Amino acid sequence: MSVRTLSINGHAVAMATGTTLLAAAREVGVPIPTLCHLEGLSPVAACRLCLVEIEGSGKLQPACLTPVAEGMVVHTDTPRLQDYRRTVIEMLFTEGNHVCAICVANGHCELQDRAVEVGMDHSRLPYRHPDRPVDLSHPLFGLDHNRCILCTRCVRVCDEVEGAHVWDVGWRGEHCRIIAGLNEPWGAVDACTDCGKCVQVCPTGALFDKADTTGEKHADPARLGALVRARARGQQTR
Amino acid sequence: MARTILIDPVTRIEGHAKITIQLNEAGAVEGARFHVVEYRGFEAFCEGRPFTEMAAITARICGICPVSHLLAAAKTGDRILAVTIPPVAEKLRRLLNLAQITQSHALSFFHLSSPDFLLGWDSDPAKRNIFGLIAADPELARGGIRLRQFGQDLIERLGGRKIHAAWAVPGGVRTPLDPTDRDAIRAQLPQAFATTLAALQRFKGLLDGPLATEASTFGCFPSLFMGLVGADGRWEHYDGQLRLIDPDGTVLAEALPQQRISEALAEAVEPWTYLKFPYFKPLGPEAGSYRVGPLARLNVCERIGTERADAELLELRERGGRVVTSSFHYHLARLIEILAALEAIELLLNDPEICATHVRAHAGVNAFEAVGVSEAPRGTLFHHYRVDANGLIEAVNLIIATGQNNRAMNRTVTQIARQWITPGATEISEGLLNRVEAGIRCFDPCLSCSTHAAGQMPLHVQLIGPNGEMLQERWRQ
Repeated sequence: MSVRTLSINGHAVAMATGTTLLAAAREVGVPIPTLCHLEGLSPVAACRLCLVEIEGSGKLQPACLTPVAEGMVVHTDTPRLQDYRRTVIEMLFTEGNHVCAICVANGHCELQDRAVEVGMDHSRLPYRHPDRPVDLSHPLFGLDHNRCILCTRCVRVCDEVEGAHVWDVGWRGEHCRIIAGLNEPWGAVDACTDCGKCVQVCPTGALFDKADTTGEKHADPARLGALVRARARGQQTR
Repeated sequence: MARTILIDPVTRIEGHAKITIQLNEAGAVEGARFHVVEYRGFEAFCEGRPFTEMAAITARICGICPVSHLLAAAKTGDRILAVTIPPVAEKLRRLLNLAQITQSHALSFFHLSSPDFLLGWDSDPAKRNIFGLIAADPELARGGIRLRQFGQDLIERLGGRKIHAAWAVPGGVRTPLDPTDRDAIRAQLPQAFATTLAALQRFKGLLDGPLATEASTFGCFPSLFMGLVGADGRWEHYDGQLRLIDPDGTVLAEALPQQRISEALAEAVEPWTYLKFPYFKPLGPEAGSYRVGPLARLNVCERIGTERADAELLELRERGGRVVTSSFHYHLARLIEILAALEAIELLLNDPEICATHVRAHAGVNAFEAVGVSEAPRGTLFHHYRVDANGLIEAVNLIIATGQNNRAMNRTVTQIARQWITPGATEISEGLLNRVEAGIRCFDPCLSCSTHAAGQMPLHVQLIGPNGEMLQERWRQ
């Protein structure tokens, strides 16, 4: 196994070729915030929270997709990155309708946690208050587009882990939204196996159990990594 | 020369309002109006949301009595699920409402109203507040603050937080009562009883002496009264039948159809206020207007059902008749209800099943329209929802206690102005300003709830002439 040596925040690091900067940083205890990334799913670099600075490159790079390279000098927590990350979180909040006080995920929400981490005590951007629907057509689960940040974890888990491919991303630009089947009510999509993996991996309250009320969603997305690892060892089938 | 007195904003109430008093050519009071000047629109923005969120959304209408909306929304949700909630869940919800009644009434009496009684109507307005009371009578003030704390502590122990505890949900409540919390609340009861009984003795002494005129002129007029009553006509605050009585005590309507409440009640609107005027449909907007709240609940019930509160109820009726029509007695009714609430809390905490753990029923959408009724501290509260087959809200109507007292508040302000403004007077005295405000405070209105209005509540009185010109106004922030 070939190894690459690099520097992350001044720490000398040696990592196997092909390791991402995110995995390398976490390996050596350097935290990098993420939202769309989840162990067990393919990385897509959609949220842009894990951007890092690499000396010699004018562009910020997503740590979840960038492999380590020999001699890289990486910075993960510069003032420029701090400002970028806060702006990203502010844009996510202002682009949807995130009302924590009444949300099923209040207190157990990754978006809320990231907002606290980046110090977002208010938004410098105007709220857009889009008019978005709620889909309660599924017998067990609900989808509130107001709380969706388009991380596509649900799309990936349904396709890559459950194999049902119920979810996709429809439309373009500001009209982008998660769609079930061929843009049908979720409850009308026969492909759905009611497994609930999408609800479990959703970082916000966008996907939820219909029985849950404010603050009652306690999803544990990290369990997905364990499931995928177990499958790889042939220990579990679903 | 005719003129109008403007009191804007009205202080020591919850919400933002102003009062105008119209004087005629002779300088006598022609009429007075209580204007609620802010608007929030909860009924509109709840549309499209899951009905399971309604408890959390509507609880945010108010920080004083979020519990009332929580319970009305949860009860409406029970109806949409079409379930009977576990017996202990109902007991726990009752406990929550009793805690809410205790803390809200304590706030109204000790923090907001008692400075008028104890420091004097004409005392310095800068000191006529809870801080002035702390300086003048620290023991009473401390007791009142502790009493409110007792109610809020019980709410927190049940729901996890003092304000906006989203604990009551369609189907029951989220978590059972922990025996440790039950015991901690029980230990606080003796002090709460002592404070309430001391305040009752003190206030009854004032009613027999310096407050006798106020008791007979602050909104003293015949009207209908409405409230929930329990089995055998007992005092009720959570469930039961809706009873409407006339000022003679005759029952005009027993068991109003709660699920078809729009057949019995309608809401009139006026262009000068955002607060609606609900009324009993068969009698029309004027004759059908009624009062709700602590005094109404004590008027419509036969008895309270607990020993000490029943003794106080008898004394109230000896003082004001079988149906007490003076709005000033809302204050006394509030103290009696605190006593009743404390006794009921004691009984519930001694219930061997109160810590049972099956507290929630689960079901899907089984009814598409439902009404939830409960008694908020200020009176009967209605939540009316219509949902689609998936449980998304299509329409919401909230009928709030303060709205139902709207016409009575306007009549009270007029009555006080007529009593205390001498025809031809050119000055608005501090005592007048304060008495007019105090007339409103009898009802402990919560305007943020009732207009679904943001903001705090300072006082503005305008004196307006017969031609509409403003002759004098006074502001107090």
